[in-house]
Amino acid sequence: MSNKLIVSLSPHEKGELSVEKVMWGVVIALMPSFAISVYTFGFDAIKVVLLSVIFCVGIEFLIQKFMLKSEVTVLDGSAAITGLLLAFNVPSNIPWWQLLAGSVIAIGISKMAFGGLGKNPFNPALVGRAFMLASFPVEMTTWPVPFSNIWSPGTDAITAATPLGRLAEGGAKALGAMTDPPVEAVDYIDIFIGKVGGSLGEISAAAILIGGLYMLYKKIITWHIPVFYLLALAGFSGVLWLIDPSKYADPLFHLLAGGAMLGAWFMATDLVTSPMSVKGQIIFAVFGGLLCGAIRIFGSYPEGCSYSILIMNAFVPLIDKYSKPKRFGKEVKYG
Amino acid sequence: MNPVILYSVGALALIAAGAAVILFFVAKKFKVDEDPRIGDVTEILPGANCGGCGFPGCSGFASALVKGADNGDISGLACPPGGNETMAAVGEFLGMTVEESAPTTAVVRCNGTKTKAPSKLTYEGPQKCAIAHTLFSGENSCPHGCLGLGDCVDACDFEAIYMDEETGLPVVIPDKCTSCGACVKACPRDIIEIRPRGRKDRRVWVACMNEEKGPIPMKNCKVTCIGCAKCFDVCPPVASAITMANNLAFIDGDKCIACGKCIVVCPTTAILSTFEPPKPKPKPEEKESAEVTK
Amino acid sequence: MKLKTFKLGGVHPPENKMTADIPVVPVDIPKRVSVTMSQHLGVPAVPKVEKGDKVKVGTLIGEAKGFISANIHSPVSGTVFKVDGVTDATGYRKNAVIINVEGDEWEAKIDKSETLVKEIKLSPEEIIQRIKDSGIVGMGGAAFPTHVKYMFPDGKTADTLVINGVECEPYLTSDHRVMLERPDEILVGISIMMKAGKVERAMIGIESNKPDAIKILSEKAKDYPGIEVVPLKVQYPQGAEKQLIKSLLNREIPSGKLPLDVGCIVNNIGTAFAIYEAVQKNKPLIERVVTLTGKDLKKGGNFLVRIGIPAKNLLEKLGAEIPENTGKMISGGPMMGKAVNHLDIPVTKGTSGIVIMSEDESKRDSIQNCIRCSKCVSVCPMGLEPYLLEKLAEKDMFEECEKEDIVDCIECGSCSYTCPSSRHLLDHIRYGKQNVMRIMRERRQQ
Repeated sequence: MSNKLIVSLSPHEKGELSVEKVMWGVVIALMPSFAISVYTFGFDAIKVVLLSVIFCVGIEFLIQKFMLKSEVTVLDGSAAITGLLLAFNVPSNIPWWQLLAGSVIAIGISKMAFGGLGKNPFNPALVGRAFMLASFPVEMTTWPVPFSNIWSPGTDAITAATPLGRLAEGGAKALGAMTDPPVEAVDYIDIFIGKVGGSLGEISAAAILIGGLYMLYKKIITWHIPVFYLLALAGFSGVLWLIDPSKYADPLFHLLAGGAMLGAWFMATDLVTSPMSVKGQIIFAVFGGLLCGAIRIFGSYPEGCSYSILIMNAFVPLIDKYSKPKRFGKEVKYG
Repeated sequence: MNPVILYSVGALALIAAGAAVILFFVAKKFKVDEDPRIGDVTEILPGANCGGCGFPGCSGFASALVKGADNGDISGLACPPGGNETMAAVGEFLGMTVEESAPTTAVVRCNGTKTKAPSKLTYEGPQKCAIAHTLFSGENSCPHGCLGLGDCVDACDFEAIYMDEETGLPVVIPDKCTSCGACVKACPRDIIEIRPRGRKDRRVWVACMNEEKGPIPMKNCKVTCIGCAKCFDVCPPVASAITMANNLAFIDGDKCIACGKCIVVCPTTAILSTFEPPKPKPKPEEKESAEVTK
Repeated sequence: MKLKTFKLGGVHPPENKMTADIPVVPVDIPKRVSVTMSQHLGVPAVPKVEKGDKVKVGTLIGEAKGFISANIHSPVSGTVFKVDGVTDATGYRKNAVIINVEGDEWEAKIDKSETLVKEIKLSPEEIIQRIKDSGIVGMGGAAFPTHVKYMFPDGKTADTLVINGVECEPYLTSDHRVMLERPDEILVGISIMMKAGKVERAMIGIESNKPDAIKILSEKAKDYPGIEVVPLKVQYPQGAEKQLIKSLLNREIPSGKLPLDVGCIVNNIGTAFAIYEAVQKNKPLIERVVTLTGKDLKKGGNFLVRIGIPAKNLLEKLGAEIPENTGKMISGGPMMGKAVNHLDIPVTKGTSGIVIMSEDESKRDSIQNCIRCSKCVSVCPMGLEPYLLEKLAEKDMFEECEKEDIVDCIECGSCSYTCPSSRHLLDHIRYGKQNVMRIMRERRQQ
C-alpha cells in the first residue's frame, strides 16, 4: 500500500447528488419550453437564448477570474440557468445590448455582488428582468406575432398582444369569454400548448409542466411550492371571478396565461431563494400566489408573477426564522 | 397661507412634541447610573476586547479595576496587551500603584515540522484543530503534537501568529504578541504557553508536549522529548529551572538563566531557544565553564 | 403490505451487503492480544491483573469503575505481558492489558457446549447481576453497558422490549449472520431480557432487505410467547433507537429523554446473543462477530473474533492483503464508523465491522457554496436544520446552536451524505454539539 490513508469524520459514504447534477437537471427541464419557443418564434428564439446564456456564463467567468480572483465555477450550470430563465422572460426580438445589460444586472449585481451561488437573496433572472422592464419598457412589452417569418433573422417588431395584456386593457370582455368578442377569442388549448404571443419561455404551459414533472421525478424540487403557488393564484382569481365573471377572468385562464407557470415551476422553486422548511415553502408559495393575483388584477402591470416572487424572496429570511421544521420529540407528551 | 401647509406643520409639531415627551420619560426611567471613571478607564485600555485579562471585554475589565480601586487593591489585575505602560496609566488615573510585571510572550511547544514528523495520513474535513483533535491523533500520528490547522492563528486578534507553510507549524512574532492567551485557549492540545520573554529576549523552552515513553513518540517524530532527563542533570543548581513529569521536561521560564546547556545535551534537539546555544566543547572545558557560571 | 418505518427524514444509501451469504468462521488466536480497558461508553475499567499473572479464558482482568462502566474478561489464556498503552482506532493511546497466549484453557464455570438451554433459572435480579458481571455492552457499535438499561430509576416501568435487528449501516452483515445462524439462542436471550425487564412483549425490528432472517426468526418465534418479528422498510438511520421505536411503536421519545420514558428498552440482536451466553452458559463477553468487507476485497467475510485480536488478523484469515488502492479503513459502518490509521488496532466489544474503501470512494468532494436546496432539512430524522447549525457552529455561536436544538442531533450523517455541495455538515455540527454539551455541563455544575 503506497498511498497515504485518508482520515475523516463520519459519514464516509456520500450520496449521488451534486450541485452540477441539480443545476444541469434544471437546464434539461427547461429544454421543452426552449423547443416550443423555437417552434413558435424561430431563429430569434435560438439567438436570444444563446446570447443570454453566453452573456451570463461569460460575466460570471470574468467576475470570478479577474475581479474576485477566486475559483471559477461557471461549469456548475447555475449561470446557465440564469441565462436561460432571463431569455425566457423577454420577447424574442429584444436587442442584444439590452439583453447584455440585463445579464450584467442579473449575474453581476444580483448574484456575484452578494457572494455568488447560494448567497443571493433574489432570483438573479428575475432581478435582470425587473431591471429590463423598468429600463426598456417598450422593447420588453412588444412581442412579435407567433409564427411570423420564423426563420428570417432580425424580425421587425410586430406587436402581438399577450392574453394578459388584453385582459389588463379590456377586462374579461376582451377575452371574448362572455360577450361578443371585440377581438378574437382566446382558446385555452392554444395557451396551454403555446400558440400565443408572449415572452420566450412562458408561452407554453404544457412544456413547462413537462419540465416541472421532470424536476419532481429527479427530486430536484418538491411539489409544495408550485402547487401551492398555483392554488393560491387560482383561489384568489377564482373568488373574484365568482363575484363578477364579466369583469374578471376565470382561474384557469390565470393559471395558463403569462408567466405564472414558468414562475411557479422554475423561479419560485429556485433553491437558493426559497425557504428551507416545507412549512416555510408553503407560506412562501401561498403568499406569492396571492400577490401575483393581486398585481395582475388590481395593479397597473398586466403580469405580476415575477414581482410576486421577488417580493416573497425578500421575506425568505424572515420565513426561515419563524417556520422551523417539526422537531423530533419536541411536541410530544408521553408517559 | 394654504391651510394644508398649516395642518401639516401643526401635525408634525404635535408628533415631535409627543416624541420628545416619550423620550424624556424613557430616558428617566431607564437611566443607568454608571461610575464615570469606568468610561475613562476604558478609554485608557487598548480597546482590543481580547479577554486576556479574564474579564468580558475592556469595559468589563475597567469596572473591575474601578471596583478594585474602591477597595484599595488592584494587584493581580493586568492588561496583557497593554502591558506595563497601560497599567501604569490606569494606576495613575485611579491613584494606585501598580507593580511592574515581566514581559511575556507565547511560545509554541512543538517542533514536529513536516520533515521531522512526516505525515502518514491525509486529513479531510474542516480546517479546524478543534475538530481534527476529536477525530484522530494528527497527520503525523503524534497525539500531543501540533495539528497545523491554525486555530491559534484564527484566535489571534493582533496578527502575532502565523502558519509557516514550510514547517506546517505556527510561528509567534514576539513583538506583536500581547500574551492575551487567546491562542492558548484555542489550542486543543495545549501546545502554546505564555512564557517570560527573558532578559535580552533570551529564552529557552522544551518544544514538545509528549508524555509517552521514548520509543513510542520516536516513531512519529525525530525531535520529541523522550524524558531522558539529561537536561535536568545539566541545569545549573542556581537555576534548577528544569523539572521532569510524565516523561516530559519542563523549563520554568522564571528560573531559567538562559545558559543554554540543556540545548546542547538534548539528544533529540527538542529544546529550542532564541539565541545560538554554546558550542559543544570537550568535556574538561565544559566542567570549567559550569563552574564559572556558579 | 405496507412496511412500517419512521416518517421524518431518512436516506437510503447503497446497501453493499456483499458478505450476507458468507457464514461466520472463527479467527485463529494470535500469539499476543491487547485488551483495552475502554471498550465501552463511560468510565474505563480498572486493570485487575499485573505483569506475569496467569489468566484463563473468562478471567476478570478489568473491573468496572463507576455506574456507567463494564467489566472486561480475558479472551485468551496465558500470561499477562504488561499493562500499557495501546493505540486505539483514533490513534490515541488507551490503557490495555497485553496477554501472551498459551493454549486455550477456559475458566471452569463456563459451559462450552453448544446445546441449547431454554429454561431460565435465574431471577430478574440475578439476571441483571449476571449481565453486569459478564461485562455485556451494546453490540451495535456505541457499546453502552447493558445492565444500566435494566436498572430502572424509581417509578419507571417498561412495557416493550425492542430488539434491533435493523443493521441499517451499509456493508455490515454481522447481525444478519448471527440472526441466521443462532436464531434459537437469540430468542432465548430475548426471553431472558424480557424476564429481566419485566415486560410481556418483545418486538424484533428487521429491515426487509434481510428476508431470510425475518423468515427464520418469525417461524421460531412462534414457540416463544410475546416475541414478534416486525419487518421494516429499508431506511437509514432506522437502527437509531429513537427512530426504531418510532417505526415499531409510533412512540416518540421526547427530546432529552430515554427509551424508558416511553416504556421501551432497546437492545441489539448481538446483545441478545451475548446475554444468552452469559446467563445460560456463564460465558462473559469475550468474542463477537465482525464483518470484514470492501469492494476491492476479494469477498470479505464474517468472523467470530476474540476481543483484543488485531483487525489485521481478520484479513490474514481471509487470505487477503490490504488492496493497493486503499484510501480509507473504517472501524464500524461507513455512515457512523471511525476512520482508522492502521489495522493493528485490537477488536473491541463495539467493533461491528471493518470496511476497507478504495481511494476513489473515500476522497471527499470539494466543498461548494450552500445552495439552500433544503435537502439536509428534509433528510434529518430529528427535524433539525443542519445547514443552519453548520453555519452557527462554524462561527462558534453556541448559544444559538443550543436554541436550535443541536443536542438532539444523533450524528447519523444523513445531512452530510445528502448535501449536493459536499459540505461537511456533520463535522461542524458535532463540534457545535460537543461545545454546547460542555457549556450545559458547566452550567449544571454552577
